[in-house]
Amino acid sequence: MTQALVNVPAKAKRGEAIEIKTLISHPMETGYRHDTNGQPIPRDIIHTFVARYNGEEVFRADLHPAIAANPFITFFTVATESGVIELTWTQDHRDPVTQTANITVE
Amino acid sequence: MTSVVICFLISTSFAAEIPQDERRSGTAFMTRETQAMQEDDRANPGMLAVLDGEALWKDAPPGAKACAGCHGEAATSMKGVAARYPTFDEARGRPIDLEQRINLCRTEHQHAPAFTWETRELNAITAYVANQSRGMPITAGTDERSRPFVEAGRALFNKRQGQLDLSCAQCHDDNWGKRLAGSVIPQAHPTGYPEYRLEWQSTGSLQRRLRSCVFGVRAEPLGYGAPEQVDLELYLMWRARGMPLETPAVRP
Ligand code: HEC
Ligand code: HEC
Repeated sequence: MTQALVNVPAKAKRGEAIEIKTLISHPMETGYRHDTNGQPIPRDIIHTFVARYNGEEVFRADLHPAIAANPFITFFTVATESGVIELTWTQDHRDPVTQTANITVE
Repeated sequence: MTSVVICFLISTSFAAEIPQDERRSGTAFMTRETQAMQEDDRANPGMLAVLDGEALWKDAPPGAKACAGCHGEAATSMKGVAARYPTFDEARGRPIDLEQRINLCRTEHQHAPAFTWETRELNAITAYVANQSRGMPITAGTDERSRPFVEAGRALFNKRQGQLDLSCAQCHDDNWGKRLAGSVIPQAHPTGYPEYRLEWQSTGSLQRRLRSCVFGVRAEPLGYGAPEQVDLELYLMWRARGMPLETPAVRP
């Protein structure tokens, strides 16, 4: 199953503000619903999203049960040097997921 | 001059069908933000289903060929296919929709169990196939053999039903553009299915959409795959003939 669509510009000018978009495939089950047999459906959400640029944290978000399924997270950061942007989300029940993208800064 | 006026009166007395040049996709009734989400493949959550479908296309069930094993590159073999579904099926003597066609390949050509209606799998593979026709004009229902089924679908569209005693046409032909509580009533063109509905928080089929409108007038929804349901899909596609496919559309 597709885990996410990550959009990081491949190239940028030094000092430029760049937009990073992440669309994550995730049920974001609130934990407050019941199934058709009346059994509670356990909470299953992404609770933390962190972006690192060459190892340095540049963005962090806490997510809560009121966020819709398949969250779309976008933020801006400043292109400083060529390297790797690493996006990690931590979730209930499963291992954290990390996706990376390379960026060339001229 | 008189004959033109009379023709017009007769055609409106049957049903106030929307003139061809006034037809608008559901996209036109959405907010700028939702339109932008649909237009950007990196923000459109329906693309998650399309990508899942691409993986299924290449995935061979045990002891059988993958879809790709027979059909090769979907970009060429499936281009334009969704624009002419539902289509008349020789063996069954009636139209079948794209989901049914895909499931026939599952059972007859892959000897695998059919995908259950409205599952992630069926919506994903259908979205992937339909995405290959994005931008192409709808042609379904324009052939002679489909004619009686288009008419059957039209009759359903114009039939009042449910505790609210409303027909599809009363909302979608007569009152499109007006509001029903918080929602704008669109013209009901099925241009973007399977589509991502923000309300559903998932990708869903046209049949699911039709069932929820039927439920809305407090009538008994038709079963998934019921012949009447496919006739209704066919009529809607014929009614949208010439309009470009948008799969995966995003809707509120
Ligand atoms: C063993 C070969 C084979 C496999 C595997 C197969 N198909 Fe088919 N498919 C066919 C044939 C042959 C037809 C033509 C109709 C017929 O004879 O059944 C067809 C027709 C179709 C059509 C209709 C095309 C049109 O022009 O109307 C679609 C859509 C389709 N297949 C999708 C799929 C998908 C999706 C899969 C995988 C889940 C798949 N097929 C797997 C052989 C195959
Ligand atoms: C009471 C008014 C009403 C009736 C009757 C009604 N609908 Fe709808 N329909 C709506 C509204 C409102 C929406 C848009 C839903 C939304 O945005 O939440 C809609 C959406 C749709 C769509 C989705 C269009 C798109 O752009 O994806 C289709 C297709 C549709 N209806 C078909 C039908 C059919 C077929 C019937 C009859 C079985 C029907 N509707 C009956 C109000 C109605």
